[in-house]
Amino acid sequence: MEPLSWFEIITRVLWQFIPVWIALIAVFVVSIRYKRRLGLYGKLFDSTIGMIGFALVMFWVFTGIFGAMDLIVTHDALSQVSGMKNEPPGTPLMRAEDGQYPYYLFGGDNLARDVFSRMIKGAWVVVQIAPLATIFAFMVGITLGLPAGFYGGRLDTFLSFLANLILAFPVILLFYLLVTPEIVATGIPNYMAVVLFIFPIVFIAVLLNSRYRTQPRIRTPLLIGVLGILGWLYLSLISESGSKVSVIPDFLDLFNVPGGILVVFVSVVFVNSPTVFRIVRGLALDIKTRDYVAAAQTRGEGAWYIMLWEILPNARGPLIVDLCLRIGYTTILLGTLGFFGLGLPPESPDWGTTINDGRRLLQIYLHPALVPALSLLSMVLGLNLLADGLREETLRD
Amino acid sequence: MTDSYDGPILEIESLSISFFTRLRDIPAVMDFSVKVMPGEAVGLVGESGCGKSTVALGVMRDLGKNGHIVGGSIKFKGQDLGAMSQDQLRSIRGSEIAMIYQEPMASLNPAMKVGKQLMEVPMIHRGSSEKEAHARALQVVKDVKLPDPKRILDAYPHQLSGGQQQRIVIAMALMAEPSLLILDEPTTALDVTVEASVVDLVKELGKKYGTSMLFISHNLGLVLETCDRICVMYSGEAVERGSITDVFDEMKHPYTQALFRSIPLPGADKNARPLRAIPGNFPLPHERPPGCNFGPRCDYFEAGRCDATEIPMTDVPGQDRHATRCLRFQEIDWHAPLGTDVQTTRSEPGDVVLKMDNLKKYYEVAANALFGKRGDTKVVKANETLSFEARESETLAIVGESGCGKSTFAKVLMGLETATDGQILLDNRNIESTSIQDRATQTIADVQMVFQNPFDTLNPSMGVGRQIIRALEVFGIGNSEGERRQRMLELLDLVKLPREFAERMPRQLSGGQKQRVGIARAFAGNARIVVADEPVSALDVSVQAAVTDLLMEIQREQKTTLLFISHDLSIVRYLSDRVLVMYLGHVVELGTTEQVFAPPYHPYTEALLSAVPIADTRVQKRHIVLEGDIPSAMDPPSGCPFQTRCRWKSRVPGHLCEQEVPPMRQMENGHQIKCHLSDRELAEMEPVIQIAAE
Amino acid sequence: MGLFILRRAGVMLITALCLTFIVFFLANLYPNLEKLAKTQGNFRMSEEEVATWLGNRGYTQPLFVKYGEWLGVVPGAVIEGTDGQIRGRCIRDGMTPQEAPDYCGILQGDWGTSTVFQDNVGGIISTRLGLTGKLMFWVMVLMVPSALLLGVLAGMREGSRTDRTLSTVAITTTATPEYVSGVILIAVFASSAVGLKWFKGTATSAMENATFENFFLPVLTISLYGMGYIARMTRASMAEVMTAQYIRTARLKGVSFPNIVVKHALRNALIAPFTVIMLQFPWLLNGVVIVETLFNYKGFGWTLVAAASNNDIELLLGVSVVSVFVVLVTQLISDIGYVYLNPRISVS
Ligand SMILES: Nc1ncnc2c1ncn2[C@@H]1O[C@H](COP(=O)(O)OP(=O)(O)OP(=O)(O)O)[C@@H](O)[C@H]1O
Ligand code: SF4
Ligand code: SF4
Ligand SMILES: [Mg+2]
Repeated sequence: MEPLSWFEIITRVLWQFIPVWIALIAVFVVSIRYKRRLGLYGKLFDSTIGMIGFALVMFWVFTGIFGAMDLIVTHDALSQVSGMKNEPPGTPLMRAEDGQYPYYLFGGDNLARDVFSRMIKGAWVVVQIAPLATIFAFMVGITLGLPAGFYGGRLDTFLSFLANLILAFPVILLFYLLVTPEIVATGIPNYMAVVLFIFPIVFIAVLLNSRYRTQPRIRTPLLIGVLGILGWLYLSLISESGSKVSVIPDFLDLFNVPGGILVVFVSVVFVNSPTVFRIVRGLALDIKTRDYVAAAQTRGEGAWYIMLWEILPNARGPLIVDLCLRIGYTTILLGTLGFFGLGLPPESPDWGTTINDGRRLLQIYLHPALVPALSLLSMVLGLNLLADGLREETLRD
Repeated sequence: MTDSYDGPILEIESLSISFFTRLRDIPAVMDFSVKVMPGEAVGLVGESGCGKSTVALGVMRDLGKNGHIVGGSIKFKGQDLGAMSQDQLRSIRGSEIAMIYQEPMASLNPAMKVGKQLMEVPMIHRGSSEKEAHARALQVVKDVKLPDPKRILDAYPHQLSGGQQQRIVIAMALMAEPSLLILDEPTTALDVTVEASVVDLVKELGKKYGTSMLFISHNLGLVLETCDRICVMYSGEAVERGSITDVFDEMKHPYTQALFRSIPLPGADKNARPLRAIPGNFPLPHERPPGCNFGPRCDYFEAGRCDATEIPMTDVPGQDRHATRCLRFQEIDWHAPLGTDVQTTRSEPGDVVLKMDNLKKYYEVAANALFGKRGDTKVVKANETLSFEARESETLAIVGESGCGKSTFAKVLMGLETATDGQILLDNRNIESTSIQDRATQTIADVQMVFQNPFDTLNPSMGVGRQIIRALEVFGIGNSEGERRQRMLELLDLVKLPREFAERMPRQLSGGQKQRVGIARAFAGNARIVVADEPVSALDVSVQAAVTDLLMEIQREQKTTLLFISHDLSIVRYLSDRVLVMYLGHVVELGTTEQVFAPPYHPYTEALLSAVPIADTRVQKRHIVLEGDIPSAMDPPSGCPFQTRCRWKSRVPGHLCEQEVPPMRQMENGHQIKCHLSDRELAEMEPVIQIAAE
Repeated sequence: MGLFILRRAGVMLITALCLTFIVFFLANLYPNLEKLAKTQGNFRMSEEEVATWLGNRGYTQPLFVKYGEWLGVVPGAVIEGTDGQIRGRCIRDGMTPQEAPDYCGILQGDWGTSTVFQDNVGGIISTRLGLTGKLMFWVMVLMVPSALLLGVLAGMREGSRTDRTLSTVAITTTATPEYVSGVILIAVFASSAVGLKWFKGTATSAMENATFENFFLPVLTISLYGMGYIARMTRASMAEVMTAQYIRTARLKGVSFPNIVVKHALRNALIAPFTVIMLQFPWLLNGVVIVETLFNYKGFGWTLVAAASNNDIELLLGVSVVSVFVVLVTQLISDIGYVYLNPRISVS
C-alpha cells in the first residue's frame, strides 16, 4: 500500500473524530439557543474568544471521554507493531490483520506504537486528573483562605507564612523530592492525601451546618447522611491495602488509586493550593468590608455562614476565571512531571511522557514529540481563552 | 479665537447623544438645547442617569468608544465643536474649556506631584517655560486659598485631604483662565462644611476670572446658591429652562414641581406637611414611553394628548427665556395646594428603651501600617463620653460629618465592637460589653440596622425573598418554611414592594427598592430600635422622600425607636424629634429639634446649618464659612475639638478653648451644649436661617 | 526602612531554615538512603550491608543531629566504622581525624561533598550558578523589554485590533510550556527533518562560548513562556489605568495621546507588573530546569536534576538553599521596588 498523502491523513483524522464533532455541535446548538437562561455560562456565547476557548476545551474533553470508550482510537495505545518504528505519518501497516486499521495516521513512535492513538489516550489522562486536582486545590485554598482573610490577625499571619513557605519552594525540586518511588514507599504521599482530602469534607460539612444551623431538624439528618457518604468515599480514596494507610477492609474499599497516580495528584494539589489560598484571602479581605457582610453580622450570623454564604458566592467570578487558568497550569505541571519521567509509569500515553520519549530523537523524527506537544498547547490555549472570555463577561454589567 | 467675541460662550442646539452597546442603542440625551452667556453660570439638575454627565462629556467631545453625537450641534464661541479635528479639540481642552469632576482623588494622577500636574497646562497651551509655569501654579494655588502653596506643589495627591484635592482640581481647571468651566457634581464627595467653602470659592473665582460655568448637580439648593440660570433634565431631555427665580418660584413643568415637593424645606415637618414622593420609577433610556417622558408619573397626564406626539420645548410667554416641555402648562393651576395628603398626628414618645452613659470607644492602631514597630501604636478616640437616652417611638437624629464617630457608635450599639468604657442600657440591661455572638437572639432582633449604600446592603448572589427568610430563620420566627414565607411576603407588603419581588435578584432592583428590602430585613424580627445609617443619602431626591416616609410610617405603626444618622440637616429637621450633633467623637449639642435649630447654637451647629444648601428662594441664610478641614481623629486638636475652625474662639478669654475640653453645659429644658462661651455670648447668637415673610 | 528590611530578613531566615529542613527530612528518608547506599556502594548489597554502610558514614544518626551537623551548630560526627576505618563528616580525603575541624556546616562555609560529582558542593554550585546566570541575563534582556512593550502597546487602546493581535500572541505563549515550545523550536529551526538548521539544538557548547547560534533557542524558549504572562499583566494594568479618571483629566487638559501614555499612564501601569516580574523568578527556575535538560546545558537546573535523581543529599541541600534564597531575595526586592514605584505607600 502507498503511504497516505497529507490531504488523506487530514480527512481520515477528521473522520475518526466524528463522535466529537457531533457532541460539540450538539453542545453549541443547545447552549446558543438557551444562552439567555444559562447565566454566566450562557454569556460565554456572547464572546468570540470565549467560544473558541470553550470549543477547544470541549474538543479535548470529548476526545478524552470517547477515547476512553475506545471510539476514536485506531490502535491499542500500548501495543507495538513490527516495522512501524519511527515511521512517518500516514504509513500503512506492513501486514494489516483483519479489522485492524491499516494506517498509522500520525506515524509510529520509537517503540513502534501508534502516535495518533496515544495522543487520544493521553487526553483522557489529562481530562481526568487536571480538573479534579485543581478542584481539590480550590477546596483546600478556600477552606483556609476564607478564615485567613476574614479573621486576619495571628491566624492570617500563620497561614500566609505557610503558604509563602510552599510558594518559595521551587516546584521542580518539590516534585523531585515527593514524586519518586522511594517516597511513595515511605507512605508520605498517603499521609498527605489523608490530610489534603479531608478539606472537601470539612468544607461541605461547614457549608451545610452554617446554612441549616437554625433548623436542627433538617440539619442533623442531612449532615449525618452527607458526611456518611463523603466519609466512605474519603476512606476508600485514602485507604489502599498493602500501602501504609490501610484503614478499611478491602470489601468496603470502593476503588483503589494506584500509588503513582495518587502521588501525582497529591503533589499537584499541594503546589496549587497556596496560590488559591492567596487569591481567596485577598477576595475575602475585600468583600468583608461590604455592607451585606455587616448586615449579616448584625443579624448575629456565625462566622462560617458569613464566609461561605455571603463572601464566597460573591467571589465566584474571579475564582471561576482562575479555575480555568489553573486547570491549564495543572495540565502543564502534569506534562512537566511526565517530561522528567516522574510519577506516571513510563509506558503511560500522557502527553508529557510522550514528549519526553520523543525528544531524544527530535533532530531526526519530529512527529512523536510534536503531536503531543501541539495537543497540550491547544488544550491549554483553549483553557486560557476560555478564562479570558469568562473574565470579560463577568466584568461586563 | 477672537477675544472680541460677545455672543453666547456655549450654545447647544437640539443635541442628541447615543451610546451603542452590544445589546441595544441607548439614547442618553435627546433634543437638548441650552445657551451659556459670558460670565453666566447655568445649573443643570436632574436625577441620576438623566444624562447630565453625558451632556458635559459631549461638550468636551469625550464620549468614549461607543458614545456618538447623533444629532444637533454644540457651538463654542460660535465654532462648531462637532466639526473640529482632534488637534483643534486638544488646543481648546484645558485652555478654553475646563472640566471638574466629582471624585477629586480619582481625577489626580496618584504618581505625579501636584505641582507638575498643574504646570502641565500652561506648558502645553502657552508654551510656557518651566519657571513661568511654576510661578503661575504657585499663584493659582494661592487663589484657591490653600495654605502653604510651596509645600502643596511638592506633594503627591494622596498627601492632601479631600477638600484640598478638590481645590487642586479647581486650580488645575483655572490654570489657563478658560472661558467655560464645566463642573460635574464637584462637591458630592465632600462633607457639607467643606462643600460650602468649595462652592464659595468657585463662585468667587468665577467672578474674578469672568468664567462662564455649566454647573451640574442633583442638589437644587446648591444650584440656587451658585447659578443664574437653571436647566432641569428628565430622562435625557431638558424639561424646563429659565432663570433661577422663574423656575424656583413659578415653575411651569410638573416634574420640576414634583421635585420641589419631594425635598424637605425649612418650615416643613413630617406631621404638618409630609413629603410627596414622585410615584413610579425613572424610565431607563430604552424604555421611555411614547409622547411625554414624564407622562406615566405625572399628576396632570391626559391620555390621548400627552402620549400622542413628541412634546416640543415651548416658551413661557412674558418671561425671560423661560421654556418648558409640557403641553398643559397653561392649563394647570400651579398654586393649587396639596390637598390629598392626610396629616398625621404626632406620636408621643414612650418609656426610655435605650440609654447611653459616658460611652467611650477607643481604637488602638499601628502608627504606621507597613513599617511601624510593634507596640508603636496610637489611640484613636472614636467616641468620647457619649451620653443620651432614646424613648419608644422617638426619632433621635445623630448629625455629623465624616469621621465624627457616627458609625463607630452604631457598631458598638450593635455589638460588632465592645465599648472601652461607659455603659449602654437596653431596657435597663447592660449590653456594652456583650459582643453580638453572646447576645440573646431577642436582643439581636430588637436592635437592627439599615445601611447607607443601597447597592451594598443586599448580598448580590442571593434572591430577595431568601435574604428576608434567612433573617426570619435567624431570629427564630415561624415554625416552618411555609410560615416564614408568608411572613416574608407580609414584610414586602409592609415596605410597599410587590410580592413578585421575592423571586428577584438584587441586581434587578433599583436603589430605592433595594433600600426597602434592607428595611424589610431590619424589621423581620420586629425590631424595637433601628439604627438607620444615612439610609437615603445615596438615593435620588424623588426616591428619598418615599423611603423616608416609609420609615416614618413603619415607626408610627410599630412604635420603633429610630436612631437616624445623617449629615443632611434639612432631612433631620424634617423628621426627627431630638437631635444630637457630633464632632470628632464628641457630642457637642443635644436637644429637641426646635432647640437645636434655633439659637443659642453650638458654634459648630451654627456653621453646619449655614452650610446646608436650601432650595427655597425665600430663605435668607447667614453666611458662615469654616476654614480648613476636619482634623484627623488620629491626632485631634488639644482642648475643644472644634477649636481649629471655630469663629467664636476669640470670644473665650485666656485661650481656654485650646487648653481644656469644655464641659457639657445644661441649658433650659434639657438642651445641652459643649462650649466655653459664656451664657451672654450664647444668648446673643442670631438665627442662621430666616424665612422672608411672603 | 532599615527595620523593615531587618524584619524581612528574619522571616527569610526562618523560611530558609524550614525549607531546608523539609528537604533534609525528605532526602534522609530511609528508602532514599538505601538508594544512595546502593548507587554509591554496589547494587547487590543486602539489607544488613546497606545498614552498616549507612551507619559507618553517619547516616543513621538522629535527624536533628544530622541537620545540626550540616548547619554547623553540632560538631561533625566521627565514627569508627565496623570495618575499622575512622570516618567523619569533617574528615576530608587526606586528612587525619586530628587535623579535621570540629564543626563543618554551612555556617563554617563548608557545604559538604557531592556524592555524584565527588567534589565540593560550594564549588559545584558556584560554577553552575555562573552558567545559569549567563542564561538568565540574556533571558531578562530579551523577555522584560519585549513583554512590557507588548503589554503597553496592547493595553493603551483596549479592544483595538493591535490589542487583539498582541493579546492572542501573549495568550498563546503563556499556553506553551517550555518543554512544548522548546520541542517545537528545535523541530522547526534545528532539526534535519525541516532542514532550516538556523540554530543548534543543543547548548552544551554555549557553556564555554555562547554564540547567537547555540544560545538563542534556549534563551528564547525560557523567555517566551514568561513573556506572555508579564505582557498580559502589563496589558491588564495598562488597560485599567487608561480608563482611570485622571487619564480623562489629562486628556481634557489637552495632553496629547503619546504624552498621556508616557507621562501619565506608564508609571501607574508598571506598579503591578513589576511585582509580577520579580515573582517570576521562582517560575523561571522551573523553566531553567526544563530548558537546561532539554538543551543539555549543564547549569544550575541541570545540577538540580542530577542531584535529585541520584539523591545526592548535600548537593540537593545546597541547591535548595540557593533557590530558596533567590526566591526570597526577589520577593524582598519586589516589595521595596513596589514602595518606590507607588508613592501612596510612604516610607517613614
Ligand atoms: N459609556 C456608556 N455606555 C452605555 N450607556 C451609557 C454610557 N454612559 C452613560 N450611559 C447611559 O446614559 C444615561 C445617562 O447617563 P449620565 O451619566 O449622563 O447620567 P447623569 O445624569 O450624569 O447621572 P448621575 O447623576 O448618576 O451622574 C444613563 O442611562 C447611562 O446608563
Ligand atoms: S405633557 Fe402631560 S404628561 Fe407631560 S408633563 Fe405635561 S401634563 Fe404631564
Ligand atoms: S469651646 Fe471655644 S472653640 Fe470650642 S466651640 Fe466653644 S468657643 Fe469654639
Ligand atoms: Mg453624572
